[in-house]
Amino acid sequence: MALENIEIKDQLVAAFGESVFNFQQEKDIFSFEIDAQKNAAIILFLKNNQDLSFHFLTDLCGIHYPDNDDEHQFAVVYHLHNWVENKRIKVKAYLNGTPEIKTISKIFLSSNWMERETWDFYGINFIGHPQLKRILNMDEMISHPMRKEFPMEDAGRTDKDDRFFGRTSINS
Amino acid sequence: MDSSNTKMVAPPEGITGEGFFATKLNDVVGMARANSLWPLPFATSCCGIEFMATMASHYDLARFGSERVSFSPRQADMLMVMGTISKKMGPILRQVYEQMSEPRWVIAVGACASSGGIFDTYSVLQGIDKVIPVDVYVPGCPPRPEQIVDGVMKLQELVRSESVRRRSSPEYQELLASYNIQ
Repeated sequence: MALENIEIKDQLVAAFGESVFNFQQEKDIFSFEIDAQKNAAIILFLKNNQDLSFHFLTDLCGIHYPDNDDEHQFAVVYHLHNWVENKRIKVKAYLNGTPEIKTISKIFLSSNWMERETWDFYGINFIGHPQLKRILNMDEMISHPMRKEFPMEDAGRTDKDDRFFGRTSINS
Repeated sequence: MDSSNTKMVAPPEGITGEGFFATKLNDVVGMARANSLWPLPFATSCCGIEFMATMASHYDLARFGSERVSFSPRQADMLMVMGTISKKMGPILRQVYEQMSEPRWVIAVGACASSGGIFDTYSVLQGIDKVIPVDVYVPGCPPRPEQIVDGVMKLQELVRSESVRRRSSPEYQELLASYNIQ
């Protein structure tokens, strides 16, 4: 018997009630949102529950939504995979303008580097992470470059004329 | 000997007589250096693949005395930077350059090494001449092996005509100082 969406939903609602919501099938993946305060407990439940047993963290990443309201500026997305049933789910936790969320690096060791990467690029603070420092960018960098307000072009460029790269508004 | 296709390096200008040949030290040293440039490949992306073709039998960089690829900077003369250099890689490239002994030359192969190329972004160094002095730039994305060979030949010309005293000249010291080297 394959693991059905409704069973996942029932188990989660029974355990966490209002903290898990907005269940929907998005294309081919079952998705829902969680209360960011309870992320560690919910992920631990998804991993350890006998029926659900989402034992594999496929991915963890951040998203920046500059146009959203203050409480939904950032999101952390967890992709989980149950290898036995071959069932994948997507868990999304929204964060406010000063993003902070509990680390899950003690639940999934693989999330250690993913959380560091998310910190590096989005500045999302993972509370309790054992070594939250930059992983891909230079240590000297002070900004978080995947935030939308960050300019993509290198500020130090001297030899590239905007006119030849289609970047000026007035074509004269 | 006349029927052979083998082309040797021509001797420098000088005065030949019975049992002697007189010429300038500069020219002899330049000729020797130019025809035994040991390359240090610093290949980070697709230009490095073109370099592999350049070294292989078809294009054969050995014809120019550069078959001895040195993977230690200490025994290399010519640093060939091929590919995108990210800002995080910058200090490492610089350290490699500093470990090379004088005389040393640098070729920037391809658009990325020369100017950052298409990667006009926060994480990519906009040309290696931001961190180390460059002698020859090879354009292309990636350049064909012929272009890389042409770049090496251009460098050979530089080396051949370089004064043996250049490396201790105030201009050269000033150049290194402008990169904060030494």
